[in-house]
Amino acid sequence: MTDSSTTIAAANQGIASPTLQTRPETAASIAKIAIRNLDFFYGNNRALKAIDLDFPERQVTGLIGPSGCGKSTLLRCLNRMYDLYPGQRATGEAMMDGQNIIAPDVDLNALRSRIGMVFQKPTPFPMTIYDNIAFGVKLHEKLSKTQMDERVEWSLSRAALWDEAKDRLNSPAGGLSGGQQQRLCIARSIAVRPEVILFDEPTSALDPISTLKVEELIDELKRDFTIAIVTHNMQQAARCADRVAFFYLGEMVEVGTAAQMFTAPREVRTQQYITGRFS
Amino acid sequence: MTQTKDHIVKSYQQDLKRLHDLVTEMGGMVERQVALACNAILQRDRADATRAMEADAKVDAREHEIEQFVIQLLALRQPVAGDLRHIVASLKATGDLERIGDYAANVAKRSLVLEQFNMRYAATGLAHMAGLVQDNLKRIIDAISADDAEKAMQVWRSDEAIDEIYNALFRELVTYMMEDPRNITPCTHLLFIAKNLERIGDHATNIAETVYYAVTGIPLTEARPKGDLSAFAVIKPQGN
Repeated sequence: MTDSSTTIAAANQGIASPTLQTRPETAASIAKIAIRNLDFFYGNNRALKAIDLDFPERQVTGLIGPSGCGKSTLLRCLNRMYDLYPGQRATGEAMMDGQNIIAPDVDLNALRSRIGMVFQKPTPFPMTIYDNIAFGVKLHEKLSKTQMDERVEWSLSRAALWDEAKDRLNSPAGGLSGGQQQRLCIARSIAVRPEVILFDEPTSALDPISTLKVEELIDELKRDFTIAIVTHNMQQAARCADRVAFFYLGEMVEVGTAAQMFTAPREVRTQQYITGRFS
Repeated sequence: MTQTKDHIVKSYQQDLKRLHDLVTEMGGMVERQVALACNAILQRDRADATRAMEADAKVDAREHEIEQFVIQLLALRQPVAGDLRHIVASLKATGDLERIGDYAANVAKRSLVLEQFNMRYAATGLAHMAGLVQDNLKRIIDAISADDAEKAMQVWRSDEAIDEIYNALFRELVTYMMEDPRNITPCTHLLFIAKNLERIGDHATNIAETVYYAVTGIPLTEARPKGDLSAFAVIKPQGN
């Protein structure tokens, strides 16, 4: 016969009061690019303030935040776009495979072949579809005609454009639809076989179906490439990104997995921004 | 994390407030229903028993209304973070409240059956249990209303006492049945009544977990103190 009162007491022993559990970060893979204490200046204006952020290899990192928060500036740092403009400078570290890519002695052509970029509006060159792809490849590699044909097919296939473009490779790229042009730009950036691809609002000029095709493409591309995407569409960041970083006024407020950021952000500013309570 | 500011889109803010009000009101409906059921059993009040049973249809209708509204909000507003947690929490809490309503109706129904017996059952234990259950229910509805994670946590912790009384009642009622087989029918009904009250307490703690997560974003994952040991209880007739 059991004595219920003592059994209850025994059962209750060892039950600790619930504590605030800490949320585990997803096991981040190796950082392809590790940014440490990065500052960026437009003249005297400090647009990025002491940024620490990792871009894990073969993952999609989404950068979100209101206009002017510094997220596009950060992308521009990574392929040294700012070198084209006097008065703009970056300090700190952005280490890729042991090399600080914002150091003055970096070979910019080599860097930009390793880090490709896709912009908001499709920017096809005024040439044929074939030449749009071949143009960048020729700058970095000497390929035979057969090799170049293969590279063009590979790039267009990876960009999910091959079936639509294979019968019109020698037609002007301007004849493609907006969504096709954007996929052509993606094909062009992967043609030089970069390691990292930066997307700066890649679908803001596209219709919803073209947008989903590009998002599907990003999902495919992350098997081979490390990807960073700046987007104003938070649903897109939620759909595409493995990790999401929220920027505000030049600071990185919070970074976490997309699931954590969109279900339980830690910072009040993140919560207010993503739920639409920002002023 | 509670919402410190209003949403930029006013109609969305109004939708969120409407959902919150619908759930809080449903809590009030269920709270009254449980009070009527407890009165039916403790005061042997037939009118309250009938009212408790009739209230069920309204509670079910409200659950359906909230469910439809939540589906609409998810589809049209694509909520995230705190908004998402609160909307999903509303849906979950509504399901628990509906079950509580069912248990209350069942308690009321059994109170009518019990009237046909002359058994003078000891109401002290049952009254005590009913008091604790109603208290927990009231506090969890206040926690829903005020988005109060701390209050939810208090409810979560205090379910244990209800389970302890339930275990004592279980033993008491089984003893009555062994004393006189004519007690078996009324005692079985009383046992189900006690079990229903105990289940109401459990649903209140479910809601406590839901509210805690909605407000803080942190799941209550640790095992809750489980005190219902009647499943293991063995009560042998004396002399064996």
